[in-house]
Amino acid sequence: MERTSTGVPNEKMLMWAFIGSECMLFGSLIATYLAYRGRSIVGPYEEELLNIPFITVTTFVLLMSSLMMVLALSAVQRGDPRGSKLFLLLTALLGLVFLAGQVFEFNHFAHEGLGLGRNLFSGTFFLTTGFHGAHVTVGVIWLLTLWAMAMRGRLGPEKSLKVEVAGLYWHFVDVVWIVLFTVIYLMSGASGA
Amino acid sequence: MASETAHGAEAGGLETAMSHGSHEEPHASSRTYIAIALVLGVLTALEVMVFYVEALAPVLVPILLVLSAAKFVLVVGFFMHLKYDTHILRGLFFGPLAIAVAIIVAMMALYGYFL
Repeated sequence: MERTSTGVPNEKMLMWAFIGSECMLFGSLIATYLAYRGRSIVGPYEEELLNIPFITVTTFVLLMSSLMMVLALSAVQRGDPRGSKLFLLLTALLGLVFLAGQVFEFNHFAHEGLGLGRNLFSGTFFLTTGFHGAHVTVGVIWLLTLWAMAMRGRLGPEKSLKVEVAGLYWHFVDVVWIVLFTVIYLMSGASGA
Repeated sequence: MASETAHGAEAGGLETAMSHGSHEEPHASSRTYIAIALVLGVLTALEVMVFYVEALAPVLVPILLVLSAAKFVLVVGFFMHLKYDTHILRGLFFGPLAIAVAIIVAMMALYGYFL
């Protein structure tokens, strides 16, 4: 491993810096969502559309994918090729299940008449959750790449930093969803400004 | 940093990993990760339960904030390993997070949430 003045690998430092910038990106998206909440003039409105039970299931799926990710890293670090392949694939698959849930929800909303520019709710909802979904998509592709490396026997303990950095990204995507699930879905009944 | 034996570390829920060359880092055991995932599931279930209890409607927002903050801390602290990492990484994360929270609070104030 290269020596650094901080003792922290450069890749890990960069990922944390990137995550910091992502905090501000999603912070501004969430702030905009909150600013416009309850101010749509025309429907359909969030209380008519949001399916809490369905999204709770997808939320649980994403949480479990974080568990799979951390078990994958553990497997790579201890040089367990079978565990590495299994948990990396499970993480990616659970991510895909989450994305399928998002696609289903977006489709349902569109069928109910909620186009992207329909009202303030549609604009802020699709932008915020859409950005999150894009991040999940990138994460799934990244994980499948790592899984392919593991399948070829190219992901030993000496390469665990690659998995750790991917894990940081994946867990952050999960953390963002923890916030979005609470703010957009569970607080939908709370009165806005 | 003193190395712990694998058995003692596992019993204590901590292991050390030679993940970065000769640099040893403590981290939680697989059992701890699974326990944390179960806690996260329970917290999520609690959040949804609170949402459906009409009597808790007046305090829904504070309860949800506390529960989601707990989930946030668990994922960031354990899954993202920040509990065991250097203060430099904590600064890289919590600094921008504080700015993001400030932006959210400022926008909420601007749009009359606290009136």
